[in-house]
Amino acid sequence: MKNNIALIILILLPTLIFAQETQQVEMAEGLFQSGKIYVVVTVLSVIFAGIVGYLIVIDRKISKLEKEINKK
Amino acid sequence: MKKNWWKVLAVILILYTIIEGFLGKVPAQPILHESIRNLYFHVPMWFSMMTILFVSVWHSIKYLRNSSIETDIVATQAAHTGMLLGALGLITGSIWARFTWGAWWVADTKLNGAAITMLIYLAYFVLRGSIDEEQKRARIAAVYNIFAYVMLIVFLMILPRMSDSLHPGNGGNPGFNKYDLDSNMRMVFYPAVIGWILLATWILNLRVRLEKIKRKTLLND
Repeated sequence: MKNNIALIILILLPTLIFAQETQQVEMAEGLFQSGKIYVVVTVLSVIFAGIVGYLIVIDRKISKLEKEINKK
Repeated sequence: MKKNWWKVLAVILILYTIIEGFLGKVPAQPILHESIRNLYFHVPMWFSMMTILFVSVWHSIKYLRNSSIETDIVATQAAHTGMLLGALGLITGSIWARFTWGAWWVADTKLNGAAITMLIYLAYFVLRGSIDEEQKRARIAAVYNIFAYVMLIVFLMILPRMSDSLHPGNGGNPGFNKYDLDSNMRMVFYPAVIGWILLATWILNLRVRLEKIKRKTLLND
């Protein structure tokens, strides 16, 4: 009897493990714990700041040109 | 500074979506995992492209009514800006597809429709480049631009919804609003769309001003 129960558990074991796998979707909890997602956020913010700074510089240059042309 | 408040708003909104887009809560979904956050960056590219191309076609219609060369400049530069956003949308979508669907490109109605739309707009530039006379070029390009925008609606909005598609929100496939039960994602997604539309408008504004300066100096010489 004991052996039979052990056998049934043994047979069902893979399906139990499989069921657990499908239920839980792995997200980046670990990444949040170690705090390294902030590195990515910082890098992207820096890149975006660079692009915006670039746009501002172009904007100013064009404004300057517009003033010069209107003077003529 | 008073005139530039919308540029500041664009920067603030996009910066907010970069920070909140990575740190905020998102629904856990199989296959997608954390890549669901791409919604905040990939989709606004297309939304802002369609907005900017609408600006383009709007100015083309205006040109046909008043024949002012200024509206023709806006229409052309808006089409250029739209292509920049469309290219970014295609590339980011391709990367996302590689890690969720398993291939860089699949023969899907939405994907092929997007590619065809890009080609239709490339033909707009070819058409412009092939006509020397300014008024003629502006008029023919304006008529073609109306055709191009109608095709964009057909290829991006209508055809993908009429057939099977892997792309979320098309062909009986649920969009992300179905997973976003507590509206956490909407609070990032909508600001992202507005922010990118404003940033695209800024780029368009720079392009138009530059083109006007170019034409003025060429005329003076």
